[in-house]
Amino acid sequence: MSAPPVADRGDAFAIHQPRLPRWAPAGVAVAAAAAAVAVGLGAGLASRVQWGLIAAVLFVAGLYAVSARAEGARKAKDRLATSLVWGAFLLAVIPLASLVWETVRQGVKVLDGYFLTHSMNGVVAIAPGGGIYHALLGTIEQVALATVIATPIGLLTGVYLVEYGRGRLAKAVTFFVDVMTGIPSIVAGLFVLSVWIMGLGFGYSGLAGSFALAILMMPIVVRSTEEMLKLVPNELREASYALGVPKWKTILQVVLPTSIGGITTGVMLAVARITGETAPLLLLVFGNPAINDNPFEGAQASLPLYIYEQWANGNNASYDRAWAAALVLIVFVMLLNLLARLIARFKAPKTGR
Amino acid sequence: MSTDTDIRTPAPPPPEAPREPGRRRSATRLGDRVFAGLSKGSGITLLVIMGAIAAFLAYRAALALSKNEGNFLTTFEWNANAQPPVFGIAVLAFGTVVSSVIAMVIAVPIAVGIALFITHYAPRRLAAPLAYVIDLLAAVPSIVYGLWGALFLVPHLVGPYEWLDDLLGWTVVFSYDGGAPRSLMTAGILLAIMILPIITNVSREVFRQSPQTHQEAALALGATRWEVIRTTVLPFGRSGVISASMLGLGRALGETMAVATVLSPSAILSAKVLEPGGGTFAQNIASAFKEAGEFGRDALIASGLVLFVITLLVNGAARLIIARRKEYSGANA
Repeated sequence: MSAPPVADRGDAFAIHQPRLPRWAPAGVAVAAAAAAVAVGLGAGLASRVQWGLIAAVLFVAGLYAVSARAEGARKAKDRLATSLVWGAFLLAVIPLASLVWETVRQGVKVLDGYFLTHSMNGVVAIAPGGGIYHALLGTIEQVALATVIATPIGLLTGVYLVEYGRGRLAKAVTFFVDVMTGIPSIVAGLFVLSVWIMGLGFGYSGLAGSFALAILMMPIVVRSTEEMLKLVPNELREASYALGVPKWKTILQVVLPTSIGGITTGVMLAVARITGETAPLLLLVFGNPAINDNPFEGAQASLPLYIYEQWANGNNASYDRAWAAALVLIVFVMLLNLLARLIARFKAPKTGR
Repeated sequence: MSTDTDIRTPAPPPPEAPREPGRRRSATRLGDRVFAGLSKGSGITLLVIMGAIAAFLAYRAALALSKNEGNFLTTFEWNANAQPPVFGIAVLAFGTVVSSVIAMVIAVPIAVGIALFITHYAPRRLAAPLAYVIDLLAAVPSIVYGLWGALFLVPHLVGPYEWLDDLLGWTVVFSYDGGAPRSLMTAGILLAIMILPIITNVSREVFRQSPQTHQEAALALGATRWEVIRTTVLPFGRSGVISASMLGLGRALGETMAVATVLSPSAILSAKVLEPGGGTFAQNIASAFKEAGEFGRDALIASGLVLFVITLLVNGAARLIIARRKEYSGANA
């Protein structure tokens, strides 16, 4: 076979479709940017956002037009889709990057050792100073209590669904666990409020908050336990049964140890999720500028709640404190996430491949 | 929690007399029963909690509604502390729906775009870290989004809103008179940014699972990359994207702090979404709680019940769609 001849333009049987050179998108981009600057200067548009938008629209339309002329409609549509997908990505990166950047930039202003080790007791809202020690303590206690309540119930429910669950009860549990993941956190807060504080007459406390957090945490633990137990190969269970080990011992000593890494990860991700919850704590823990180290009695502070209160104070000193607390919260949650994922990687269940 | 402990430890009936002389056998039976009972009891506990949530909210709501002088569904203002109390959810329902719809309109196309970007467009080396970062962003607490929205996003939206007013002000919907843009539109934009990672994660998971063989077949027939996606990936992932969107919608409907920080609430029901005013269920509960007395709380619980039912319906629908495809579930997103 000789080398295929260079295809004629418009030849339906050509092997080589005409293609735009590789630099074409870049060229169109430069042209679009130049045109946008010209339009912006000409029309006197002040906002750089408008310039950017005009450039983006010109680029997408221009590339489509050029490609449709030179390469045909199909190729042009492909290029249009490519630019839109890239555009969606860039559009999403801007706010998310800005969120992280702003939090870090504003947060480091007042974040220091003093901030981490002092409470807001006696600090006037408009004055600088004060710290988050009381809030940090409250958050850790509430989250720990919620974990202690939610993990056993969630874990056992997961075991039930995978190892025992047959029939309508299991189906109902599965469905409602799924639905439960979608309960708005404020509704969980209202529920505990109506039962614990309004119904049984207890006061605001960290414990009340951790009940609500536990309700939010349970379905996440159930789901991750379920996923992990399903990954345990059946051969392991069968081998255990064949040795005469009863079912409950098989679960406790074979199934759970095999999947413990994944389950730990799930629990930690759930903890990370509830650490940032604010709404139920607003209703149940109430907030407190002083240190209250007893989660069972009296109003407590919590980190997310602290951010909200400082924001609501509405002055610069409070905003600085809010940003710093937000930075601490993000770092805390991210560390939990990273740690959880590390555990997942190194203790992944051995699938019987 | 007292009810929980009752149910979680259902004292198993004592094992009946061993049929065989072997004693160990009955011991293992006992262990099995205790363990099975415990785990079954936990499952039942979850059901009981769900039932209790509905029951207690309904009970409290009934107390409040019996004394309400306004029409719960059509009254605009929320004066539960007044004598006689007058409150209704018209403004809240409108605000909740509008802000969530804005969030969905913005977030779903972009999220699908990002998901496609990660699975099919991004350079290989970039794709994995990107997916990872988006995973992490889904974990950023809502109060941080709220703080950022109130202190950074709101001031930066004045310019774009004035522009929207210039271009589309004649539609009334997008008219804007200046002033702090603490409006339903702002809440919707912030909600969109918040739910973007969740919708992206679930959609990405679905797109990643679309059969490689289909895609290769399409490529072999000469399809362009977009045609491959349109003919194989999107049809496969459609139900997944729908359920991902509904999970996002559920979160947007119930989001409290992010809305409470960027919205200036008022008892106005207006089509001008760029103008301050309006409210949502969750935001109203958070804002009105501190001033609410015993009765005011009952009234707030009544609005919470409505929110609960709405999110229940949305999530239930999402789950039913997912159930048709068992392999992926948004619950771990």
